[in-house]
This record gives sequence, C-alpha cells and structure tokens, in this order.
Amino acid sequence: MSGRRRQAESEQSGTSNGRGNEQMERMSMMQATNSGGGKGGASAVLSGGNVAVRCRGVVKTYGTGGSAVRALRGVDIDVASGELLMLVGPSGCGKTTLISVVAGVLERDGGECSVLGQDYEQMSSSERAAFRGKNVGFVFQQFNLIPTLTIAENVSVPLLINGVPRREALARSREMLAKVGLGDRTNDEPRKLSGGQQQRVAISCALVHKPKLLVCDEPTSALDAVTGQKVMELLRAVAADNELSLVVVTHDQRIFEFADRIAEMNDGHIEKVSAGAGHTRAEVGVREG
Amino acid sequence: MLSVALRMLFGDKAKYFGILMGVALASMVITWQGSIFVGLMSRTFAVITDMGDPDIWVMDEKVAFIDDTKPLQDTALYRVRGIEGVDWAMPLYKGNIRARLADGGIQNCNVFGIDDATLTGGPPAMVEGRLEDLKRADAVIVDEVGATTRLAKPQPDGTRVPLRVGDTLELNDRRAVVVGISRNSRSFQSQPTIYTTYTRAMSFAPRERKMLSFVLVEAKPGQDIQELCNTIAQTTGLAAYTRDQFKWKTVQYFLQNTGIPINFGIAVALGFVIGTVITGFMFYSFTLDNMRYFGTLKAMGASDGKLLLMVLTQALVVGVIGFGLGVGLASLMGNQATRNSPLAFRMPWQLLFAAGSAVAVICTLAAALSMWKVLRLEPAVVFKG
Repeated sequence: MSGRRRQAESEQSGTSNGRGNEQMERMSMMQATNSGGGKGGASAVLSGGNVAVRCRGVVKTYGTGGSAVRALRGVDIDVASGELLMLVGPSGCGKTTLISVVAGVLERDGGECSVLGQDYEQMSSSERAAFRGKNVGFVFQQFNLIPTLTIAENVSVPLLINGVPRREALARSREMLAKVGLGDRTNDEPRKLSGGQQQRVAISCALVHKPKLLVCDEPTSALDAVTGQKVMELLRAVAADNELSLVVVTHDQRIFEFADRIAEMNDGHIEKVSAGAGHTRAEVGVREG
Repeated sequence: MLSVALRMLFGDKAKYFGILMGVALASMVITWQGSIFVGLMSRTFAVITDMGDPDIWVMDEKVAFIDDTKPLQDTALYRVRGIEGVDWAMPLYKGNIRARLADGGIQNCNVFGIDDATLTGGPPAMVEGRLEDLKRADAVIVDEVGATTRLAKPQPDGTRVPLRVGDTLELNDRRAVVVGISRNSRSFQSQPTIYTTYTRAMSFAPRERKMLSFVLVEAKPGQDIQELCNTIAQTTGLAAYTRDQFKWKTVQYFLQNTGIPINFGIAVALGFVIGTVITGFMFYSFTLDNMRYFGTLKAMGASDGKLLLMVLTQALVVGVIGFGLGVGLASLMGNQATRNSPLAFRMPWQLLFAAGSAVAVICTLAAALSMWKVLRLEPAVVFKG
C-alpha cells in the first residue's frame, strides 16, 4: 500500500469510527460479490442494500442497421455507496457510454439501471436534469471550465442551477475552493491556473452541491504524474469525507491504487472486476464469459 | 444563470463585437433608410402641415393628393360658408407659375394665394418681413430655401446672391415685390414657394374659368369635425377631409403611384436580410463555440428552459446594445446630413418601434438556430474529448 493511500485511509478512519465501520462493511459487501452476466459478459454485482448504482443487462447501441455499433452488450455492475470504482479498458470498449448511462446523460436501450434507488427511465427529461443537478457531480478530462468566468463563478454554477441565490452560491464556492487549496485564486480566470489547479477547480465544481455520485472521465489524463496523484488523493479524501460514490473512467495505471474496485471493460461488457491496489487486491467479481 | 450567460457573451470579445456589429449594421440600415423614407413621405404633406389652422380641406372630389389641384368655381367658397357648423371658410389658390429671373432664366414656382383679408394659410414662420406686408402692392413672400437657391440673383462674376426683401421678380410677366422671406417645411417638390394674396395670385396665374384650388374650413368650437366633413361633402358634392385625412390621402397616393416604397422597401429588406445573416451566423458560431459548456451545464442539471433562457438573454442583450448603437449612428449621420444637405430624414418613435421590432426578429431568428442546436444537444457530448 502506498504512502498516499495509507494517508487517505488514515484520514478517513481518523475522521470517524463510524466511517471506518462503513468502509469495512463496503469491503465485505464487495467480497460477497455474486455471479451474473450471460454469454460473452462478466458481472460485478454486490450483495447487501447499500448500493448507489445498480445496473443489470444494460444495453446501448449507436446507429441502426448495418452501421449499428453495440457499445454496451448487457453490462451488470454495482457501485456501493462511498465506493470508488474505476472503469478501465481499451478505447471504444464502452466505458464512456457506461458512465454516461449511469450519470443519466445518455438513455440506455435495454436492461435496468437504478441510481440512488431511482430509474432514469421513469423520469421525464426535466426530472432527469433536476436529479442530475442535485445528485450527480462531473469531472471531465478537459476540465470544461467556462473560460470567461472566474474560478469562483465556475464553481458556483452547479449551485445556481439548483436555484441557490448568486451571492450565497459564490460564498459557498469560495469555501469549497479554500478546501482544495485555491482560496487565494478565487477571482482568477481558469487560463491563469496550471492543469492541476484547473482540475482541482473542476473537482470543487463537481462537489460544491454535495452530490451523492461523482462521475469522472479521465480526470488525470491531462496532468503529469505528480499532479495526477494529488488530484486523486483529493478526490479520494473528499469522497471519503462525503460518503460519495465515485465512478472513474481512466487509462492511467498510476492511479489504480486509489480504487476500491477496478472493472475492466472490453467490447461492451465487463470482463473482469478486481479489488483496487489499495485494498485487499483479491479479485472480487471475476467472471469470464 | 443569466449572469453566467452574460459573462459567456461578453467574455468572447471577438464574437461579441462581431454579433454587435451585425445587429448595429442592420439597425442602422433599417433606421437610416426608414428615416429617409418617412422624411420623404412627410414632405409630401408638408404644405398641409404648414397651413396650420384649418380643420378641414375642401376640394374637388377627384383630387388625389395635395399637388393634384382641380380648380373649383369661386361659388364653392360661399356654399361652404353657408353650412351649419362652419366657423369660417377661406379660399386657397395653389398653382405653378413661372418666375423670370434677372438673368433671363425661368423658374417654376409653387404659388399660394391666401385670403386677402385674414391672410389665413400664410407661411408658418417669417425669417424677414411680416405676413401683413402681403397687403402692399405686388407683394410676395418667398421661402428661404428658394430665395437662397433657385431664385437667387445671378451676379456678373457667376455667383448668386440670395433674394432679399425689396427685390423684384416677374411672375408670369407681372411685377412682384419681395416683402418677406419665410421659413417653410421642405416639400416633396423642390420648387421655390411663393405666398401672395388670393386676388393677386389670380392676376399672376393664367386666367381660367375656375381658379379656386381649396377651401380651408375652421369648424365652430364643439363641432364634430368628421360630421362636418360629411355634411360639407353631402351638401356641396365636393370632397372634404380633415387635416390628417388629407395628409394620409397624399401619402397613400405616393405609396401607391410611385416607386418610392419599393426602392426603400428593398433597401430596408436588404438591411434586414444582411443583418439577419451576419447576426445569425455570428451568434450561431458563438453558440457552437460554447456548445461544450452548454453540454456541461446540461449534464450538470440545467434544464432546457434555463439554457434557452440563457441563449435568449444573450440575444436580447446583444440586440438591445446593437440596436442602440445602430440607431445612434443613424441618428448622428442623419443629423449631420440634414444640416448640410436637403436630405429628407425623420425618425419618429413609430419608426424606432418598427426598427426595434425588426431587430428583435433578427435576434430571435439568430437565437432560434442556436436554441435549436442547444435543444438537440445530448448532454453526453461532455464526455467526448
């Protein structure tokens, strides 16, 4: 276990004993992974009730007829509350499609998927938007900060979307930025910050409205190794503090150690699920097709 | 969220100024051309405006507009005077009479013969002399523009000296003495305007059986004007119009029988189309540049309604500022141009309202394309590198 990992866990357990117990519970739940999946697929489902995301047989196809591409071919995956799940795999294997479905920004074609006990298919478009606004945070590969806003204004955007008055939203965004060490840069524009600092702003933006699910798309791919590690430490620590479920899509093997579980995807299905480097390292949900 | 929309708009300075220029250009062209059109149309009824007092104009029923005089018998004046509800009725002669200049040149003049006793229908303002001086022998009043341009006295060195009080003219081979210089509204016709008494105008004009052009009528206090018009028409068989009706009848004639509306309409339409294309393109391009951020906002939970409101706010703000710039520029140019040229330029609030509506349509069309794009935007686009 790396020093950074140990530090993150020590921070978690040091915060509260209850949180430490929850961590144990989560791990035990993961190890009790049962079977599932069908032909050509593997499953990584969890037992117990403390599950934030539950997907069963999720199918997504782009296009129609001969040019149709089956991006997801019956994916079964669960994410426990407070868990950091990494989705890895080659380009085009369906990782981004899967997090898009989980985040509620893309409609699935088949299967079931409930997030925080809610099924997006049962919601109207505006209800889905409102649900995302309240419960889901996003961290993007390219940060997606609006360049003409200050970083405090950028961080305040999710709060404004949720109807928080501008002044209060700005105050809360400044608090959030102070927590990630950018309290003295709140009036700067994003272009004046380094890549690592911009990603910290993006993380603040994703967390400021206290979501329950955080979806990260290649959060470290635009960063150097050291900055990437720092960003992941930050994500891990904030997630632990807030009992937040994280789904992280990445190609970056240097950050695998931060995962609770790592789900390897290939050709639209989950091929293998293993414990993250920072935990038991025991495979917890392997099922070969 | 609206503050975010505005920061996005103002932050991209190149695009912002591009859109602004598009709206300003369209506003300027529409307002400029519209103002000249309104100015020209106003000149068609300038004579009616300058006459001031009368409530009602009585004329031959075949008269189509102010310059289309169809003489009446003098008895028409007495028939009108005899109608209940008429406070007073005065004769007005309006005709074209040739003036011979000192160098032998001929200049057609628009001559008004007004009531000898009351001088009703005289010029709206005097620059030199007094209206009452018209009662002197051979007296005429010449309008300022005519006196300084077409009726100006040619000098041996080739220059021209403006006609002044005391100078003489020959109107249809009869002597006329300038007793005053008036300031009139510019009329659609460019000929000089000359005022004299009705009786003297009869002597200047070539003799015809009928000479009376119009009867100017003032209604008694409390008399319904439209009702009096109807009574005059029924009693005399002549046409009787209120001042505003006659103005509108004149404008309608020019609208229906000249190419002016088409020419100006084409210019205004071009301004509208060019403005729409430039603004639409720039605004759409601006929206496309920001599509990643709209996608991000959509993913973060911003509803379609909020995003549309953001786009509409951006369009509205850029429209208002661009319209202000365009109208301001047109107004400045018009003000400058009318000082140094006879350009017809009038910008009433109705024109501003119409131009503002056109700009609103331009901005709505420009925004509609962007809104359509934003509505169709899949929030999942945020995960595409």
